[in-house]
Amino acid sequence: MSYNTTEGQISISFYPSVAKPRARAAPHTGDPLLFEDTSSAAPPMNNQGYYTPGYNMGGAPVGGPGDAGVNKLFADPMASAAMMYGSSLANQGKDIVNKEINRYVSVNKLKYFFAVDSKYVMKKLLLLMFPYTHQDWEVRYHRDTPLTPRHDVNAPDLYIPTMAFITYILLAGMALGIQKRFSPEVLGLCASTALVWVVIEVLVMLLCLYLLSVHSDLSIFDLFAYSGYKYVGMIFTVLGGLLFGSDGYFLALTWSSCALMFFIVRSLKMKILSSLSNDSMGAGATAKPRLRLYITVATAAFQPIIIYWLTSHLVR
Amino acid sequence: MAFTLYSLIQAVILCVNAVAVLHEERFLSKIGWGVDQSIGGFGDEPGIKVQLMNLVRSVRTVMRVPLIAVNSVCIVLLLLFG
Repeated sequence: MSYNTTEGQISISFYPSVAKPRARAAPHTGDPLLFEDTSSAAPPMNNQGYYTPGYNMGGAPVGGPGDAGVNKLFADPMASAAMMYGSSLANQGKDIVNKEINRYVSVNKLKYFFAVDSKYVMKKLLLLMFPYTHQDWEVRYHRDTPLTPRHDVNAPDLYIPTMAFITYILLAGMALGIQKRFSPEVLGLCASTALVWVVIEVLVMLLCLYLLSVHSDLSIFDLFAYSGYKYVGMIFTVLGGLLFGSDGYFLALTWSSCALMFFIVRSLKMKILSSLSNDSMGAGATAKPRLRLYITVATAAFQPIIIYWLTSHLVR
Repeated sequence: MAFTLYSLIQAVILCVNAVAVLHEERFLSKIGWGVDQSIGGFGDEPGIKVQLMNLVRSVRTVMRVPLIAVNSVCIVLLLLFG
């Protein structure tokens, strides 16, 4: 695949890590493959267990070529034996760490959220800022697994929220520096405040979804993704405020609030409100769609409030 | 309102403590939130109150022992560092 260098240059200012890995060619067969090469558009049919961690497959070949090279270097058998022992210990340590991490955070599920490419990022950013013309909001599936964000623009991802969060922190530092109010502690405070509000929102959403017995397929990572999309709105608002003063700030705030509310309502409607297909019996069913609608609307209404709260002190 | 992660942890610990001190027979049964009153209809929609009661009961069961450890650590840290 070839990527436009101009596209790479535009995206480098805010999303620097998108540009660099794209230039990487496929590794030739001699090198140990530590990570599965997910940069090429491999069709999802190939991988059963989808993003099988390439670590374990790559761990074995490391012993091979390294072994042969080392034996040539060290004529002393003790040193070479010590090297082999050391490398096997390191492999075991790596396996143990992977196993422990996999117990708490499902790495496969997390990899799904970071499987993006620049085309998806561009389309998603456009969608976040102007969602009114988008027709089809369904997340497409392929044999029971949702398609990765690379193949489906409606799929949530964690790349954009992470990068937008970091960009927001940098922008906050810059805004405070322009007003001569900068200090490193304030930057850390800003970062942790934004993070804490997202965590609170995710916890409240989880609680509401549990209390209303909504059996949707929204996992924690999905909720983090949908909550993290507000950072893009925050960046746009702060930029508007910095470039055009107070009027620009309120204009950008209104625009990004409306766009984000529309986006959240349309996206969550598919997941929350459509999961009542099997319990449409009995009189209790009529109360439930209303409460679910309330949740969706409340989530959407919360976004402008928090955007205003987190950005107003940056643009006086 | 400037939050740090530490204040979030403090808030969570306080809330979980508050849920853990709700006594089953002295308080929850008196206000109709006891264990025996949660087995309502066997339909597939438990309702908000039943879910809440289940949540309170499971939090109390699960977090009883870890809360002892977490609270002790918190008390020691607060005594040492204010």
